[in-house]
Amino acid sequence: MLKDILKILENDARATPRQISDMTGLPQAEVNKLIKQAWQDHVILKYKAIVNWDKAENEHVFALIEVKLEPQKDVGFDSIAERIYRFPQARSVYLVSGTYDLLVLVVGKNNHEIANFVSQKLSHIDGVKATNTQFILKRYKEDGEVIEGAEEVKRQPVVL
Amino acid sequence: MSVQTRVQQHRKQKVSRRADRLSPSGIRKFFDLLQGMEGVISLGVGEPDYATPWHIREAAIESIEKGQTMYTSNSGTPELRKELARHLKLQYGVDYDPVTEILITVGVSEALDLAMRAILDPGDEVILPDPSFVAYPSSVILAEGNPVSIPTYENTSFEISAADIESRLTRRTRAILIGYPSNPTGAVMSRQKLADIAELAADKGLTVLSDEIYARLTYGVEHTCFSSLPQMKEHTVLLGGFSKAYAMTGWRIGYAAAPAEIIAAMTKIHQYTMMCASTMGQVAALEALKGDQDCVREMVEDYNRRRLAIVKGLCNIGLSCFEPKGAFYAFPSIRRTGMTSEEFAERLLEEEKVAVVPGSAFGACGEGYVRCCYATSMSDIEEALRRIKRFVSKHRSG
Repeated sequence: MLKDILKILENDARATPRQISDMTGLPQAEVNKLIKQAWQDHVILKYKAIVNWDKAENEHVFALIEVKLEPQKDVGFDSIAERIYRFPQARSVYLVSGTYDLLVLVVGKNNHEIANFVSQKLSHIDGVKATNTQFILKRYKEDGEVIEGAEEVKRQPVVL
Repeated sequence: MSVQTRVQQHRKQKVSRRADRLSPSGIRKFFDLLQGMEGVISLGVGEPDYATPWHIREAAIESIEKGQTMYTSNSGTPELRKELARHLKLQYGVDYDPVTEILITVGVSEALDLAMRAILDPGDEVILPDPSFVAYPSSVILAEGNPVSIPTYENTSFEISAADIESRLTRRTRAILIGYPSNPTGAVMSRQKLADIAELAADKGLTVLSDEIYARLTYGVEHTCFSSLPQMKEHTVLLGGFSKAYAMTGWRIGYAAAPAEIIAAMTKIHQYTMMCASTMGQVAALEALKGDQDCVREMVEDYNRRRLAIVKGLCNIGLSCFEPKGAFYAFPSIRRTGMTSEEFAERLLEEEKVAVVPGSAFGACGEGYVRCCYATSMSDIEEALRRIKRFVSKHRSG
């Protein structure tokens, strides 16, 4: 039942307990309880909006940074990753398979800020062997949402 | 009237008696009313609010790029028929030979028309439930048969019973047409009730046309495929399609699965009238069957959420609503407003700009109800419910 609630919230974080109750048939009190528990268990981490920053005045620059690590004595990848994800600039941090080890999505106000982050912060962290920064030129889809030109379903208002 | 004047009169009439006998769809009328109206929330549609899943569209696009733009075999591509046979076996345990017992059609609508024309002689009677899909009686009339409606009621879950069918049998009765899950009521038939009809059909040698277009859209109940009932394959014309389960209404791909003799007759008519179903549509349908079925599951889950919400919402407003266990329609009773269903639908549209379809469009037993399609966004459903509530309370007090 929690899964049903999570699916609804993942699609629309603003769905109220009453709406969720209507959509699942669960009593509202039960919905409240399950959501509260999910918060406590860190199953739900946060309710956020997906923003198209290109349309807002606020300018943002995004970059994907591939990070190669050098295994350190007594220090696993997890703790190096932590050194990186502690920085607020790091929006997402993943351990990946392939030719590099961490993929870091970084956000900054401009190219300069991101360049500073890479040269002043990231490259100085012990265990970081090499970085490869790729500035994001355009965002087409974010978290499953097409940013611009999403298709609209156009139906005849009444059909046979 | 002399023979000559009759002939002259006949010549004056430019439209055949057959066409003349068809009544225009009650839904169509609303379409005209809606033209040019702004801000309407429509619960009047009869199709999913999803675009076709991307992997299906992609397969069709690729086929067009590769130049697969020619006719297919009259019966449909061998690949699609084979995959469909596999699907029917897997889903319902029914065995159909893809070569002789399956025909791919232009939507289930064509399959219905072909089936009627293939099995009916002029004057043959076809028994069907009332209320039911608007095209059912017309499909019988177009094949020069006579539709015989059996009333069904909310207190018996809009199921059609074998006893009622039996009481309406005549020596001209040729077939029984059922469509469950039902448009417009959302009713499903229990396996036992279907088995009773099966027994009657076998006993009287009647053919059962089972329109199972909504088969994949059921909520908490398992769909029983009519031909999967013991010994029923030889008495059944199974009609289905891709429109509802895969959100593929515009592709127009349906099918019939039936004993070889009937499929052969249907194929003859199909080849002279339609040649074949669209090639890209068939490619898309093949991908729909072969691809991941998660898309269907997800859509059904989503319909279910909206189903629960709209039924509860309607009941809260005071419009008692039968629990629909299939399709994507709610069929609330509007009797307490004192209006006819047509009046209700027209005034609701004029006063609150919510489009619903009067139940009377689906037969006399639909009077007192309206059909609300919940295949629309949750926010639209909520807004529609707010408007209906305002409308109902206004007319209850006034």
